[in-house]
Amino acid sequence: MNVFLLYPDRDAEIDAPLPWQAEALEQDLGLPQVYEAMARGDKFLHGVARQVLLHSLEDVGLIRYRQAVLQDCLAHPDVVREIYHIPIEAQEKKREQWLGIFSRSPQGILSSAVDLLAMFVGLLRRLKAIADAQQGAFASEGFRRFFAMLQAELDEAYFEEVETHLRTLKFRQGVLLSAELGPGNEGSHYTLRKPRRTPRPILKQIFDRTPSCGFTIPPRDTYGSKALGDIKDRGLNEVANAVAQAADHIDGFLKLLQAELAFYVGSLNLAERIAELGMPWAFPTPTPANTRRFTASGLYDLGLALAKGAGVVGNDVQADGKDLVVITGANQGGKTTFLRSVGLAQLMMQAGMFVPARALEANLARGVFTHFKREEDAAMESGKFDEELGRMDAIADHLRAHSLVLFNESFAATNEREGSEIARQIVDALLESRVKVFFVTHFYAFAHSYAARQAADALFLRAERLPDGRRTFKIKPGEPLPTSFGVDLYRQIFAD
Amino acid sequence: MASPSVLFPPSTARPPEDQAAEPPYFGDLNLDQVVAALLAGRKPYRLQPFFYTPLHEAAAVRYRQAVARDLENDTLREQIHTFTTQMRQVNRYLRMLADLDYHYHIAGWFLEAVLRYIEAVRALAEALAAADLHAEALLALRTYLADYVRSQAFLALSEEAQAVRAELAAIRYCIHIMGDTVRVRRCQDEPDHAAEVERTFAKFRRGAVKDYRTPVYVRSGMNHVEAQILDCVVKLYPEPFAHLDAFRERHPEFLDPVVAAFDREVQFYLAYLEFIAPLREAGLPFCYPQIIADKAIMARETFDLALAHKLVAADRPVVTNDFALQGNERIFVVTGPNQGGKTTFARTVGQLHYLAALGLPVPGREAHLLLPDRIFTHFERVEEVANLRGKLEDELLRLRETFEQATPQSLVILNEVFASTTFQDALFLGRQVMEKLLALDAVGVFVTFLAELAALGPQVVSMVSTVKPENPAERTYKIVRRRADGLAYALALAEKHRLTHDQLLARVRP
Repeated sequence: MNVFLLYPDRDAEIDAPLPWQAEALEQDLGLPQVYEAMARGDKFLHGVARQVLLHSLEDVGLIRYRQAVLQDCLAHPDVVREIYHIPIEAQEKKREQWLGIFSRSPQGILSSAVDLLAMFVGLLRRLKAIADAQQGAFASEGFRRFFAMLQAELDEAYFEEVETHLRTLKFRQGVLLSAELGPGNEGSHYTLRKPRRTPRPILKQIFDRTPSCGFTIPPRDTYGSKALGDIKDRGLNEVANAVAQAADHIDGFLKLLQAELAFYVGSLNLAERIAELGMPWAFPTPTPANTRRFTASGLYDLGLALAKGAGVVGNDVQADGKDLVVITGANQGGKTTFLRSVGLAQLMMQAGMFVPARALEANLARGVFTHFKREEDAAMESGKFDEELGRMDAIADHLRAHSLVLFNESFAATNEREGSEIARQIVDALLESRVKVFFVTHFYAFAHSYAARQAADALFLRAERLPDGRRTFKIKPGEPLPTSFGVDLYRQIFAD
Repeated sequence: MASPSVLFPPSTARPPEDQAAEPPYFGDLNLDQVVAALLAGRKPYRLQPFFYTPLHEAAAVRYRQAVARDLENDTLREQIHTFTTQMRQVNRYLRMLADLDYHYHIAGWFLEAVLRYIEAVRALAEALAAADLHAEALLALRTYLADYVRSQAFLALSEEAQAVRAELAAIRYCIHIMGDTVRVRRCQDEPDHAAEVERTFAKFRRGAVKDYRTPVYVRSGMNHVEAQILDCVVKLYPEPFAHLDAFRERHPEFLDPVVAAFDREVQFYLAYLEFIAPLREAGLPFCYPQIIADKAIMARETFDLALAHKLVAADRPVVTNDFALQGNERIFVVTGPNQGGKTTFARTVGQLHYLAALGLPVPGREAHLLLPDRIFTHFERVEEVANLRGKLEDELLRLRETFEQATPQSLVILNEVFASTTFQDALFLGRQVMEKLLALDAVGVFVTFLAELAALGPQVVSMVSTVKPENPAERTYKIVRRRADGLAYALALAEKHRLTHDQLLARVRP
C-alpha cells in the first residue's frame, strides 16, 4: 500500500537529510517566512514544508503531477483536511490509550501489538469510507490512484482476515512450538505452530495418538515458571515480531499519509494567507533544465510580503534565452529583493507549488545555489575574502550543468580590481559549463565587461531611480552605469 | 621433530617470553598506540612479548618477512583468519564444559568443539596445500599438516563426529505449553504461524522497520526445564544419544600442539596486516625494508604509522615524506615552522627502524634500514612537578646516560630537547650534543628550532617543514631539504580554492 501523493512512483522521504545548500538558501531567500505561513504554528507542517521546498524536483512531469494534486486540494480543502486528520487521530489515540510497544519480552510485545493493530484497523475502515464517497470528485492522477488503491486493498474480506488473526493470537488453547537440537543439544529454532483446526478440544486431538512425554512445573517453582516463559518467548519471538512490524508498517503508512498530505495542507494554508494579503499566485509553467526561460509578470518577494504582512512591489521580467542576468543600480533599490523573488519562485515551482507572481514560465534548475554577501563577517576583515572564496569553493563541489547560481554582491571583500577579476573568471567558467547565473553587483568593471561583449545570452537589469533620485523598487532592463547611488542614500538619510 | 614456528627460525633460540617488557621509547614514538591497537581483541594470544622484542639478526628478520609476504595473499590470509576464528570457538567450548551440569548438554558441546576443530584443521591444511608459499616456516607447516590430516586418528575422529551430529540434527520435536504443563511429542507438519501473519499484513510492508525480535544469546547454561524437555527428547529418540556417549568415550583428547602454537603465533602477522589494511586501501604504500649493513638509510613516501591510523579513520589525507642519508651523512636536523610535521618526521624514522626489526612491512614505497642495537629517544616532556632537579638538568642527565650507552649501531632521536632554555644556552648545548652525536657516528634525528645546527658539517642533512607558498597559514606537512617562496594574494587564494577560470571549468559536472 502506497500513498504516492508527492511522487507517482515512490514514497516521500520526510527524514531525508536536507540538501547541502539548505542553510544558505533559507537564510538568503527568506524561506522561514514561507514555512511559517504554511505551518500556522504546527511543527510537523513546518518540517514537511521545509523538506519539500528544499528538495527540488528536476522533472517537468513530476511538477505537473504535484500541481494537479494541489489543484484538487484547492478545490476540496475540507475533504483533504478530513483525511489529514486520520493519521493525527491515530497518534492521539496511541497517546491517550497508552497504546504502543514498550515491552521487551515477546509475549508483552505480542499482546500490545495486537491491541495497537485493532485500533489501526478501525481508522483504516474510516479511510476506506472516505475513498468510497469521494472517489468521483477528485481529478488528479495522484488522488484517483490513492482512492482506487484503498478500495482494492481494504475490502471487507480483508478486514475479516485481520480480525481472525487478532483473535487467535490470544492463545486460548495454549501455545504449540516446534524445536530442533542446536549446538550443545540446546533447543533451537523454536517456532510457533498453528494447531490444526478441529471440533474437539485441542489438547485431546494433539496428544491422543502420538507418543509423548510431559511434566508440570510445581506451583512454587518460580524459577521453573520463568524458564518456561523464556522458552515461550523464544517461540513467540518471530510472531511477535511479525505482528509488531505489521503495526509499525501501518503506523508508517499513516505517518507517510500525514507527511505527504502535510505539504498540500501547508500549501492550502499559504494560498489562504496570500489571498488575505491581496497578492496574486499562479501555477507556473516549467520547461526542461536544458532550455533557458524566465518570463515573469508581477513576480514579488513572498518572504518580504509575509514578513511585512502587506502587499509588495512586483516586477515583470523577460529573460528567455538568457544564461546570465546582471542586476546593477541604486543601493536600497530592490536588487536583493528581486534576486530573492527569483530564487524563491524557482524553489516553489520545483516543489510543485504555485508561485508568488501573476504568471511565470521558467526552466528547471539542477540545483539552486545562493552566494550572498554576508554582513556578519565584517569583523574578521582579513579572512573575509578567503571566506567568500571558501563558500564558492564549496558550491563548486555541487554544481552541475543547468544549475542556477544567485550571486549577491559576491567577491566584494577585496578591492574592485581584484574582485572584478575573480568574479569574471568564475562567471565565465560557469557560463561555459552551462550554469545559469543571476548576479547582483556594484562592481562596474565586472558588469560592464559583459555589457561590452554584447552577448545575446546576457540580460542587464537595473534598479530604477527616478530623475528626482527617488527609488521605485522596480527592476527594469538597463545596462550598468559607471556610478553607484550611495551618495543619494547618504543625502536621503542625512537630509536635514 | 622440531615444531615449525612462524616467528623464530629453527636454528635460533626462542627468546624467553616472560622477560619482554615495553621498550622505554615506545611512548615517544607513539608505538604504544600502534601496539595497543594491534593487541586489541587478541588478549588471549598473549602477543606482547612478540611485539616488545625486536630482532637483531638480518636472517631472522628475513625469516619473518618471508612469512609476512606469503600472508599478504588475501585468499590465504582470509583462510587463516577463518582458521583462527574457529580455533577460538574450539577453545571457548572446551573451557565451558567444566561449568555445565547436564550430561547431554556437556556431551553436545564437546561434540561441537571436535567438529569445529576438524573443520578448522582440514581447511587450514587445504589452504596451505593450495597456496603459493615461499616462506621456510610455512612450507614446514604445510608438510606437517598434510601428514596430520591423513593420519588414522584424525580420520576416525572426523567421521564419527559428523555421523553423530547428523543424527542429532535430524531430530524435530513439538512442545505444547498450557499454563505450567508441558508436553513433548513428535511434530505433525503444523504450519508456521508467524509466516501466516506476515502474509496477511504484507501489503503494508514498506522499507525497514524496527526488529522486535529479542536477541537469543548462545548460552552456556541449561536450566532444569530445558533439561527436562531434553530428557523427553532422549526418550522419544534414544539412539542418537547413545551414539554420542560412545563417541565421547573414544576421543577424550584431540588437540594437536603444533596446530595450537600456529594459531597463536600467526596472530602476530594477522594483527599487523589487519591494522595496515585500511591504510593501504587509502592508498598508502608499505614495503619490506632491505636491511643494510652500512648507514645509508633511506625511505620514499613514508609516514607516521600511528598518525596515519588516526587520519585514515577520520577520512583525512596523510602526507608522506622521503629521507635519505648518503656516504658519510649521519644526522637529520629538522627545522622550520611549528605544527609542520617535524615531530612526526622524527617519530617516523624511529618507527620504521623498530617495525623493520620486528620483521614486518614498514610505511613507505621503498626503504633501506639498519638494525639498531638500541634506540634512544629524547622528547620534550610535560614537566613533572615532583621532580626537584631542574628540567634542563634532568634532560642533560638523561642525555649523558644515552651517550654512555649508545654505540655507532644505535639510533638516536632528539626532539626539541632544549626548547625551554634561553636561546644562548640552547645554541651552546645543541652544538655540544651535535658534536657528540657526530663523534659517535650513530644515525640520528635532531628536531630543533636552532637553524644553526643544520649547518654543522657534511654529516648533517638539513630538513625543513614547509608551508603552502600561496597561503602561509597552511602547512603542507612535507619535510624537505629546502624552502619555497610566496605568491600574490587574491589570485593565489582563488587558486587555493580551485576557483580560477580553468580550475572551476574542470569542476562543474556535466
